[in-house]
Amino acid sequence: MAELHKLKTPLKDEDLESLKIGDKVFLSGVIYTARDAAHKRLVELVKKGESLPFDIKGAVIYYVGPAPAKPGYAIGSAGPTTSYRMDPYAPALLDIGLKATIGKGGRSQEVIDSMVKNKAVYLAAVGGAAALIAKSIKKAEVIAYEDLKSEAVRRLEVEDFPCIVANDIHGNDLLKEGVEKYKEE
Amino acid sequence: MKEIEASKITEAVKKLVMDANYFIGDDVKKAIEDAIEKETSPTAKEILNMILENHKISREEQLPMCQDTGVAVFFIELGQDVHIVGEGYEDAINEGVKQGYTEGYLRKSMVGDPIIERKNTGDNTPAVIHTRIVPGDKIHILVAPKGGGSENMSEVRMMKAADGIEGVKDFVVERVKKSGGNPCPPIVVGVGLGGNFEMSAILSKKSLTRNFGQRNPDPKFSEVEVELLKRINKLGIGPMGLGGKTTALEVFIEYIPCHIASMPVAVNINCHAARHKEITL
Repeated sequence: MAELHKLKTPLKDEDLESLKIGDKVFLSGVIYTARDAAHKRLVELVKKGESLPFDIKGAVIYYVGPAPAKPGYAIGSAGPTTSYRMDPYAPALLDIGLKATIGKGGRSQEVIDSMVKNKAVYLAAVGGAAALIAKSIKKAEVIAYEDLKSEAVRRLEVEDFPCIVANDIHGNDLLKEGVEKYKEE
Repeated sequence: MKEIEASKITEAVKKLVMDANYFIGDDVKKAIEDAIEKETSPTAKEILNMILENHKISREEQLPMCQDTGVAVFFIELGQDVHIVGEGYEDAINEGVKQGYTEGYLRKSMVGDPIIERKNTGDNTPAVIHTRIVPGDKIHILVAPKGGGSENMSEVRMMKAADGIEGVKDFVVERVKKSGGNPCPPIVVGVGLGGNFEMSAILSKKSLTRNFGQRNPDPKFSEVEVELLKRINKLGIGPMGLGGKTTALEVFIEYIPCHIASMPVAVNINCHAARHKEITL
């Protein structure tokens, strides 16, 4: 049976040990946003041995480029973008302490292996449920790469951000196993 | 000859792009509700319920249903007896896109050059505009904002006549299978058959502007639409690719004549935010 886990960032190994694919997670605390363009720059910093614009130890990166905030709102609609575009960059960040990524769609075997090696998870958020997801984001602030506009790195304060465990630390993959379970031919 | 001010086109476009992003069609809502009834996966049911809840928030608070408010794609039927006064025709449309995306708090998702600099154009222009000149003195404007995640899962293939309709069906199903959870299933599948390389793709995009339940008038092709939808929903991909019976909500096929040597097939995938709004001026 799928369980519900309430987790707070920064994430620790013990937070992730009991997570199984298909479990629900309500995430609270601080998470960071980055898409392809920001990842390219972050990984360049890692390669040069320079420090990142946020502490990567135990961090969560949400793959999102939000819509602009209407007056009175913390953020505009903010659903996940497709994760495979970040696959070339993810292992370099997982190796230095990134504990979870949030997006939609499946991950490459290389990223899955890196998650097992580094005890990290991949969480699926509901693509296209962007106005609903934005309700769990209480504060948003651009902290790097402002020139990238919607693709800039943002620091988000979230409360009970809803997601589903898609890859656990044991190498299980809901995108494969879920489909196996429900396919009819 | 009827005169229409270019500013009227701008105004109409501005409202259409905002409405398309805030108000999903009742056909989509109904299809999601029906899918919830049929789903056996608890995770799938929960995701579909979140999509419905999202529709409600989007509609009530006038927030874009998805942060990816898309490339603004237009299908316009321009009456041959219309004289547009003032700005240029395409400039008027792009001005409407700029105003709508800026004032409507929609995301600007266009980059100027696709590979070297990829600098955001800042106002979601330019739009993609398909215009047909038709008899009459009216302008019919349809906008369908199209997200990038589902667009990336689309494909044009130059097939052979010898592949037959079974080959076409297999290609469509294979394309959906390969896409998995990437295009935000439950998806809508648009298929363009015939024409040539570029026409098949435009046709597949055009098919996505149909309302759900609107079958191809030719029974030879409407049967294929129904069959493909059944086959796709047996793949098990389910909402967001996490497993379930609801992989697609609709399959639409459009066809036009083609060259004796050719059999172009385009598969354009749309996400469940199947947005389109239209108006006649």
